[in-house]
Amino acid sequence: MGMTMTQKILARHAGLESVKPGELVMVKVDMVLGNDITTPVAVKEFRKIGAKRVFDVNRIAIVPDHFTPNKDIKSAEQVKFIRDFAREMGIVNFFDVGQMGVEHALLPEKGLVVPGDVVIGADSHTCTYGALGAFSTGVGSTDMAAAMATGEAWFKVPEAIKFVLKGKPSRWVSGKDVILHIIGKIGVDGALYKSMEFCGEGVKELSVDDRFTIANMAVEAGAKNGIFPVDEKTLEYVKNHSQKPWEVFSADEDAGYAEVYEIDLSSIKPTVAFPHLPENTRTIDEAGDVKIHQVVIGSCTNGRLEDLKIAAKILKGRKVHPDVRCIIIPATQKIWKQAMEEGLFHIFIDAGAVVSTPTCGPCLGGYMGILASGERAVATTNRNFVGRMGHPESEVYLASPAVAAASAVAGRIASPDEIQQGR
Amino acid sequence: MKARGKAIKYGDNVDTDVIIPARYLNTSEPEELADHCMEDLDPGFRTRVSKGDIIVAGKNFGCGSSREHAPIAIKASGISCVIAETFARIFYRNTINIGLPILECQEAAKEIEDGDDISVDFESGVIENLTSGKKYDAVAFPQFMRQLIAADGLIGYIRERVAGEAGEKQG
Ligand code: SF4
Repeated sequence: MGMTMTQKILARHAGLESVKPGELVMVKVDMVLGNDITTPVAVKEFRKIGAKRVFDVNRIAIVPDHFTPNKDIKSAEQVKFIRDFAREMGIVNFFDVGQMGVEHALLPEKGLVVPGDVVIGADSHTCTYGALGAFSTGVGSTDMAAAMATGEAWFKVPEAIKFVLKGKPSRWVSGKDVILHIIGKIGVDGALYKSMEFCGEGVKELSVDDRFTIANMAVEAGAKNGIFPVDEKTLEYVKNHSQKPWEVFSADEDAGYAEVYEIDLSSIKPTVAFPHLPENTRTIDEAGDVKIHQVVIGSCTNGRLEDLKIAAKILKGRKVHPDVRCIIIPATQKIWKQAMEEGLFHIFIDAGAVVSTPTCGPCLGGYMGILASGERAVATTNRNFVGRMGHPESEVYLASPAVAAASAVAGRIASPDEIQQGR
Repeated sequence: MKARGKAIKYGDNVDTDVIIPARYLNTSEPEELADHCMEDLDPGFRTRVSKGDIIVAGKNFGCGSSREHAPIAIKASGISCVIAETFARIFYRNTINIGLPILECQEAAKEIEDGDDISVDFESGVIENLTSGKKYDAVAFPQFMRQLIAADGLIGYIRERVAGEAGEKQG
């Protein structure tokens, strides 16, 4: 039987002709990632190994993004600890305040991930880079420590679920709606331990940014990774961002899949995940009257330029509802600058929104927009678990930038069409 | 190796955000993390947990963030083992890497009740409910993972290798 895209990449990096689902393999990694929460734990474990050096100073990326610019003394101490480590080891890709961005938006932008790579990161949303046809997955800090020392990681070769995309998404439907729709269908453990492989004619209708959003939330379906085939759009992106050599892998015709789903992109409507699980999805017309207090547009899921442009399209010439705080967080310095140059900040500020420096901030309930008890937020982030954005009795509704911006104007969950028609 | 303690029972999809909320992640000290373990799901956990207790939960335990702080907080709380129907994958590998024993067993996870007296034999994979008298066979770890556990987790395993390579170079 043939291999899936993921299986082929793992086999190549394990130095094997072929691999089978369930097999345990040691693979060479092209990039090891950590952030300001997970790296301190990894550094302590790295010291226990007794290694004097990291395996490759160019293949480790450390991005303090969760609590930075540091929100308190403890988080400042954590970042100091990893900054010192990065200096001591000579780690090239340490991105401090001024260079940084939300890690999963930053790495592809800096050209650190290309098709065919194996990337592990001590952050669950490391699966984002599957958008570029790489195998990338989240691991823990101990895995990060071991990989920093050896350049290797162990994996159980996953089975895959195939998602055949067809049709063209309608207006206001973006990658976020596609992935929320899929998670609503298969559930938060629907792809547990498995790969989600996307393919089909519909892929070409999705921008690279859409694909990042979709692959980003593969972990919300329990998947090990999400992966897209490499096409012209991918290669254009890679050529514009990276100098690294890449390799294109594609699934064999006779590859085996645990399940196959056909997804008609044209039938997907703007979708919202209600508290407290990403699988609690409703289409916008089923959302009902949900009053909100905060809107967050940003994160590794939807903080890219395309996302900000969509939000600006809706906020232009309109005002954020007086009961709503609207917080917009470009995901990286580069995106921030582009948004500024394109005049998006004028639109946001005139509408009564605030624009923050890149940070994870409120996405994980860190700072920069924490919810009080009883408050509700519409966020373009990826998790709506109990207490995720603040008080355990607050609520997070996950949506696309278009729905989030429309909701900011309406003061309740609203569709972009409704706002544009002035209802 | 065996574990014995009372069952502390939870439902499906217990995520790492409720196991240890992000607001406490500005530290990685196990004791400090344990002070807030399960706080947003079960504020009484800290006072009712005793050393050796066993968490028994439903599907997809440990889903969400990759924070190793979650299994560390559970381990530092004195929990000796987690039994669940299924585990989220990053949590699964983290527990193996840090040495918190876990077992997947659908029947046991469903039938064991909060407060039951449970014993677990990790070698045989047998879970016994001493309150009801019922025994269950859990899925045993594959060989490679048993090696990791025998080496006291991934770091021990790698340390042995790094030391071995240094020895080779010298010799
Ligand atoms: S933006 Fe949110 S989900 Fe993404 S890396 Fe930061 S905390 Fe995690």
